[in-house]
Amino acid sequence: MTALVTSAIPRLARGVRLRHDEARGQWVLLAPERVLNPDPVAVEILKKVDGVRSIDIIIDELASAFTVDRERVATDVDAFLAGLKEKGIVTLAAVTVGDAAS
Amino acid sequence: MNVVAQPLAQPLARPAPPAPYGMLAELTHRCPLQCPYCSNPVDLDRRTVELDTQTWLRVFSEAAKLGVLQVHLSGGEPTARRDLESMIRHCVEVGLYTNLITAGVGVTPERLAAISDAGVDHVQLSFQGASVEVTDKVSNFRGAHERKLAVAREVRRLGLPLTINSVVHRANIHQIPDFIQLALELGAGRIEIAHSQYYGWALRNRGALMPTRDQVFWALDVVEEARARLKGQLTIDAVVPDYYAKYPKPCMNGWGRQSLNVTPSGKVLPCHAAETIPGLDFWNVREHGLSDIWLNAPSFNAFRGTDWMPDLCKSCERKEKDWGGCRCQAMAIAGDAAATDPACHKSPLHAHLLALAEADAAGGEVAYDYRRYVVPDRAN
Ligand code: SF4
Ligand code: SF4
Repeated sequence: MTALVTSAIPRLARGVRLRHDEARGQWVLLAPERVLNPDPVAVEILKKVDGVRSIDIIIDELASAFTVDRERVATDVDAFLAGLKEKGIVTLAAVTVGDAAS
Repeated sequence: MNVVAQPLAQPLARPAPPAPYGMLAELTHRCPLQCPYCSNPVDLDRRTVELDTQTWLRVFSEAAKLGVLQVHLSGGEPTARRDLESMIRHCVEVGLYTNLITAGVGVTPERLAAISDAGVDHVQLSFQGASVEVTDKVSNFRGAHERKLAVAREVRRLGLPLTINSVVHRANIHQIPDFIQLALELGAGRIEIAHSQYYGWALRNRGALMPTRDQVFWALDVVEEARARLKGQLTIDAVVPDYYAKYPKPCMNGWGRQSLNVTPSGKVLPCHAAETIPGLDFWNVREHGLSDIWLNAPSFNAFRGTDWMPDLCKSCERKEKDWGGCRCQAMAIAGDAAATDPACHKSPLHAHLLALAEADAAGGEVAYDYRRYVVPDRAN
């Protein structure tokens, strides 16, 4: 059920911010009139959503950092990002021709 | 009858309240518009008593430290403060999410670009009507509607997320479908449909603003239908009118539980209408740190939790759902801020409240008492 093109580069939409909430000791995703509490797995993915890394790179890095099967990570990341994209929290940019060629 | 701000028997026995999530920063009461339901107090702060930039920056730093995550930069019209951009920059620096709440009149594209560059996260723009006639009439400003449209387009062109805020009442409640359509056309991700809340200016104008029961129930249906239809496309948040309801709204999600409000002159309030309750001791950021105020100001502790409640609420299973409703409404209708909100069907004053609403709603066309500075300014 892979929905996203994994060469695409995700970034948080304007108006969405991930930050550590010191006062409560947790990570929060701040959006218009909303405060979301991502679970620990979601936080690890979100930390890599920086508008630079592609989905492929995010999957590679998570798979090696947590020594888990790449396929499983890929499924999780895809489902998670697809959900956020639908909610307008994440946007995806296709890589430009120049980038793809390099 | 002295009913408010009773000294606590054992102030130290109380567990520390959790940190607030949001802070409403009313940067100024100055505004080019004159909405008859304006949530600012009837006695508006003058420019001469406004906090200076440095004090606001300190307050934002203290808010971030206290645990506030989102700051709503509001007014009046917040862009009337020329130092708005530096405040936004500072908020970004200390990690606060900034939401600009503007009426969009007098905001040039250059100004918006500067606000965007400063790092504002989200813009909420008010529309007093969904058409030129209604917006201009309600705000008492000719040309307001067109200016708002231009600002909305510019906000979207800059790539900023946009919320449309519409306060509804008798003169525009029929426009709810048009408000929703307008939000879609302007590319807003969210719309707030807030029924007017009757304190301060709105209380003065209740006879002109109150919708009929039929209008209110029609509005609820329209919103529900649109919500289902536009899921994933437009978020619709509605502030329900409670005069015709069975239960009161969980005002502020509980007094002193999640948010605080700083006025232009630095008073810190548990809610924006709290000053309508006589006898509450509000502390000022000029004299106290924000954390001290949140934890210790008598005004915050007056109605925190459930200890202050009348038996009717204390013994009710909904007491931690709606927190006994709205203290300001209890004050306005029951004359006692510690009473059960008369919007609750269990309140002995519920029938009285309903009768008031119905009488007002039948009032036909009533002239507005527009928001303005009522006391002549002796300073200039
Ligand atoms: S409600 Fe109207 S008058 Fe009051 S601050 Fe907002 S735009 Fe100005
Ligand atoms: S009695 Fe009090 S707590 Fe119970 S529903 Fe009414 S207002 Fe809420």
